[in-house]
Amino acid sequence: MTVEEGRKTTSGVARPAGAGAARARHAVASIGRATFLAAVAGFFALPLLWLATAPFDAHPTITASVPEFTLGNFRALLDNPYVLSSLGNSVLQAAGSAVLVVVLAALAAYALSRVRIPGRDALLYVLLLLSSVVTGTAAMVPIFELATRLNLVDTHLGVVLTLSGGLLPAAIFILKDFMDATPTSYEESARVFGASPLQILWHIVVPVVRPGLATIAVWAVASVWGSFLTPFILLRDPEKSPGAVILYTLYTEGGSPRLDLISTFSLLYSLPVVLMYVFVSRKYGFRFHGGIKR
Amino acid sequence: MSTDAAGLGRGRAVGFVLPAVVLIGVFLIFPALWTIYLGLTDFRLTGLAAADPRLVGVDNYAEALGDERFGTSLWLTVQFVIGSAIIGQAGLGFSIAWALRNRTGPVKRVVEGLVLLAWILPSSVVAFLWIALLDRDQGTLNAVLHTPGFAWLLDHPMPSIIVFNVWRGTAFSMMLYGAALENVPPSHLETARLAGASTAQQLRDVVFPRIRGHMLTNLLLISLWTFNDFTSFQITAGGPEGRSEILPVYIYNVAISGGRLGFGAAVSFLVLIINLVLALVYLRLLRGRRGVAA
Repeated sequence: MTVEEGRKTTSGVARPAGAGAARARHAVASIGRATFLAAVAGFFALPLLWLATAPFDAHPTITASVPEFTLGNFRALLDNPYVLSSLGNSVLQAAGSAVLVVVLAALAAYALSRVRIPGRDALLYVLLLLSSVVTGTAAMVPIFELATRLNLVDTHLGVVLTLSGGLLPAAIFILKDFMDATPTSYEESARVFGASPLQILWHIVVPVVRPGLATIAVWAVASVWGSFLTPFILLRDPEKSPGAVILYTLYTEGGSPRLDLISTFSLLYSLPVVLMYVFVSRKYGFRFHGGIKR
Repeated sequence: MSTDAAGLGRGRAVGFVLPAVVLIGVFLIFPALWTIYLGLTDFRLTGLAAADPRLVGVDNYAEALGDERFGTSLWLTVQFVIGSAIIGQAGLGFSIAWALRNRTGPVKRVVEGLVLLAWILPSSVVAFLWIALLDRDQGTLNAVLHTPGFAWLLDHPMPSIIVFNVWRGTAFSMMLYGAALENVPPSHLETARLAGASTAQQLRDVVFPRIRGHMLTNLLLISLWTFNDFTSFQITAGGPEGRSEILPVYIYNVAISGGRLGFGAAVSFLVLIINLVLALVYLRLLRGRRGVAA
C-alpha cells in the first residue's frame, strides 16, 4: 500500500475512533523508541565500562566492577620503559602525517579546484577507490618490501609516508569540495593588486577554508593515532613503536595480559583523541561536509 | 570552477598537485602494481627464495583458488561484511538516526556520544575492551547474563567479531544517515503521516527514494572498510583453528607470519580485485540512480 492509497482508506474512518487509534499508536511508538534507544545506549556502553573502572582499581580483573580506588596503576605504567616513549612516537607520527597530509592536500585541492585539468574527476574517483582498497591488508606485502628497499623499516618517516599516501586521496577529495564552495572574487582582487599565487593561497584561501583544513587534520591525527597494522609491520624496534602497538605488548613474562597496565594505558591513550573530537565538534560542529554527500 | 582566479596557470597548477601525486604514486599505486608482480613469484621472507625469488607464473593463484583455507576465509569474510557492515552497521545506524531525528536534548547527546566513542577510540584499545567483555571466566558479559564460563570467543568466534564490528563502526552510518535525513523535507513526512501511512510506508515511499544516493555511498564505504579491517586480529587472531580467519588476517598469517610473501601477494591481489568489483557494482547502482533522476 502506498501513501496515496493510505490517504484514501483513512479518510473513510470516523473521526473520533481515528484520533484515539492515532493517539494509541503514537504512545506505542514512543515507548518503542525509548526502549530501542535505551537498548542501544546499553549495548554501546557495556564494553566501555571496563575502561572507566579498571584503571583506578588496585586489583583489576577483567570484569568491570566498582574499583578499590587507586592511582597506583598510573605510577606503575610510567615505570614501563616503553610507555612514555611510545606516546611520544604516537604524537610524532600523528603530527607528521597530519602536517604532510594537510599541506599536500591543500595545495593539490586548490590547483584542482581552480584549474581545469582533463580527466580530473575520474582521476579523483579512482584514487579514492584505490585508497580505500590498498591501505588495508591488500598491499601489506609490497609495502613491507618497499619500505625494506628504501631503508624505511624502523623509521618514523616510513610510517608517516606510508600512512599519508593512504590518507591523501580522501583528503584531496574532501578539501576540493571546500575550495569549490569558496567564491573566487577575493582571489581576483588580490591578483589585481599583484599577489603571487602562493600569497593568495596563504593569505586568502587558507583562512576561508580553515574549517575544512581542521577537519582533515583531526581526521588524519585520529586515523594515525589508531592505526595498528602499518606501524606493526614497519617497526621492529619497540623504542620507535607508537602506543597502539605497545599496548599490544603489555603482557607478563608468563604471557597473560598485565590488566593494570593495559587498562590504564588504554585510558591514557584514548584521552587525546576523545578530547580532540570534543574540541572540534564544539568549535566547528562535527558533521559531514561536501565530499561524502552527493 | 574552471576560472583560473588566482592566475595559477597550468604549469604552477601541476607543481601544486605534483607532491601529492608523487606520494600517492609511490606509497599507494606502486604497491598495488607490485602486488601483481610479487604474486607471480615464490618470494619468501627467509631462506633460498628470499635471496633469489623465481617467477612461478600463475601457480600461486591456482594454489590459492584451490586452497580450502582460502575458500573458508573468503566465505567468512563474506559473512563478516554482510553481517556486520550491510545488515549490522547500516541497519542499526539508520535505526538510530531515524529514532533520533528532530530530537534534541540529553537523550540524543548521550546516545550519539556513546556510539561515537566506540568509533573514535584507537583500535588497540577497543580490541582489549572486547576481550575483557567476552572473557570466559571473568568477562563482564557473562557476569551480566549470569552465564559463567561461557567461552564466547572460543565457541562463537565469528558472531563475536561480527557483533564487535557492528559496535565499532555504526557511528559512521549513524552520522551519514543523520545528515541525509535532514534533507528529507519534514512537510513530506507530515503529509504522509496525516494521510495515515505507517512508519514502514513512510520509509519506503518518502524517505528511501530521497536518500538512496547516501545509502549506496555509505554501503560502498563500509563494505570496503569492513572487507579490509584488521582489528579482529587483535581479538581472535583468526582463531580458534581459523574459524574467524577473515581474509586480511589470513594474508597476515600466511605472508608475514608464515613468510610466504609471494603467495600472500597473490591473495592480496585477489582481494584487490574483489574490492574493485564491489566498488564498481556500487558505482553502477549510483549512476543508475542519477540516470533516473536526470
